[in-house]
Amino acid sequence: MATTEEIRKLAALARIKVEDSELEKFTKDFDAIIAYVETVSTFEMPQGEALRRGPTEGEKPALRNVMREDSEPHATGAYTEKLIEQFPASENNALLVKQIISYE
Amino acid sequence: MSNSSQANKKKLNEMSITEAARALRARECSVQELADACITEARTKNPELNAYLEIFDIDKSAIENAQKCIDTEGDSAPLLAGIPLAMKDNILIEGKTASAASKMLENYRAVYDATVVKKLRNAGALFLGRTNMDEFALGGSTENSAFGVTKNPHDTSRVSGGTSGGSAAAVAAHMAVAALGTDTGGSIRNPASYCGVVGLKPTYGAVSRFGIIAAASSFDQVGPITKTVEDSRILFNAIRGHDAKDSTSIPDVMQKTEQKEPKTVGVPTHLFADALDKEMLGCFQSALDKCGLKIKEIEIPSAKPALAAYYIINFAEVSTNLARFDGMRYGLARRNETLLDDYTDSRTDGFGDEVRRRILLGTFVLSSGYIDAYYRKANAARAQLTREFNDAFKEVDVIATPTMPTPAFKIGEKSDPLSLYLEDTFTVLANLTGMPAISVPMGEVLFDEKKLPAGIHFTAPHQAEDALFTVGIAGEKAR
Repeated sequence: MATTEEIRKLAALARIKVEDSELEKFTKDFDAIIAYVETVSTFEMPQGEALRRGPTEGEKPALRNVMREDSEPHATGAYTEKLIEQFPASENNALLVKQIISYE
Repeated sequence: MSNSSQANKKKLNEMSITEAARALRARECSVQELADACITEARTKNPELNAYLEIFDIDKSAIENAQKCIDTEGDSAPLLAGIPLAMKDNILIEGKTASAASKMLENYRAVYDATVVKKLRNAGALFLGRTNMDEFALGGSTENSAFGVTKNPHDTSRVSGGTSGGSAAAVAAHMAVAALGTDTGGSIRNPASYCGVVGLKPTYGAVSRFGIIAAASSFDQVGPITKTVEDSRILFNAIRGHDAKDSTSIPDVMQKTEQKEPKTVGVPTHLFADALDKEMLGCFQSALDKCGLKIKEIEIPSAKPALAAYYIINFAEVSTNLARFDGMRYGLARRNETLLDDYTDSRTDGFGDEVRRRILLGTFVLSSGYIDAYYRKANAARAQLTREFNDAFKEVDVIATPTMPTPAFKIGEKSDPLSLYLEDTFTVLANLTGMPAISVPMGEVLFDEKKLPAGIHFTAPHQAEDALFTVGIAGEKAR
């Protein structure tokens, strides 16, 4: 069973807030869902250590580790203006963020 | 009565893609008239159904170009030329809002076209609007939309299903000729079943996800929601194909071309005992009998724990994917004392309850003390399930279940999240294995003393979509 404190800690790790008023319901739902997904442990593991770990070498999808040429995907600046329009704040074509290092 | 005179009696917006394409070529209507008919219907019905989050003013030049294409090329014009489509709100259309039905992206404007949009545009299709969905494609009823639930056109006290509920309702209510949705654990097939239309989840990698707002990346696929199985084939063929911009899309050399005529259908009856009531089972059996295939009993022993495995992997991938939304570069941006406050406030105000719940669950199942018990075990179960499906497909050509355990439930009826998760028991299997699956209307089922539509669900081996279309068309004809 998760405690409300544990839920608060998970929320902080995930950079979200769960208000005190919601905490009880979030904890209750969380517990019910975790209790359910734990039924994955009723799944009968196939015999053999290799199979227990997931897809074996021969079963892995043929398509994996897809690489591409290290080249320009599009003309430089093609999207700059449109992307800057989405910025919450910008200055001289740069994204404006909080100062996090203080010089004082 | 011939097919064409039947089509004549239909209103323009009620036509299928096939019927509309024929009518356009026969000069029975113009592209403008067809688009106007859909938009008028959409504007009339949307205040009640809430299928669209936004109905667009269609670009005049797109309409003119489609008309010109049909006028000059006639029968060789792409079938989708001039066909008005509804698009789920997590598919990027350049210059249009794409919000994934979230406050986080309420004011986000797409800066480029998704690959599927580009392909449809090149084929001359028109975009009517963006449709409602569960926020970030998490849910199964559109009740998790930040902008209100989509009501079921067959009974407005009921959900339309989800997460592509807006797309399915728009097609069912003839507010579009066809639509695109996305499917992570059943999000195309579930609303198709509830709304009485056809929904296809293609093979993982068949359709590019470039320009789609990701939910759980090892499951997500884009697919058509249509009035007929033939329309599903047309739309699927228009959007499929390799795309260098989606590294999971299947390269041309790996495309399977040989197709096998489906003769045998496997039925995992052992999954039905505690999932289906008599009405649903009866409807399923009679639909199955009419498909004209040899029926064979099969077993998928890992199917039950697979649902739990699906949710573990879903939580893990969702919490990872949604970590990108931090209020810095785009989307909802709150500003407070510290940078950490900015992140936390933006995410807390931007995400709804279900999104925050899944982020918490994903953070938990991926945390170092628990990753073996949850995530790794889930991956092992997923691999085992795929083995079982591959074994079953040595004996049968397609596998059938009902799409959903019941028809559409009432809005607000499933208020605890777990009860909603359990509805996905049949659909998630195709996402776990990456295999293609289709939901086709199988008739009406008595539920809560009311006759409501329900779908039959077929799965086939990787890249065997053609087998699904063949079986689906046979089922359609038999009804």
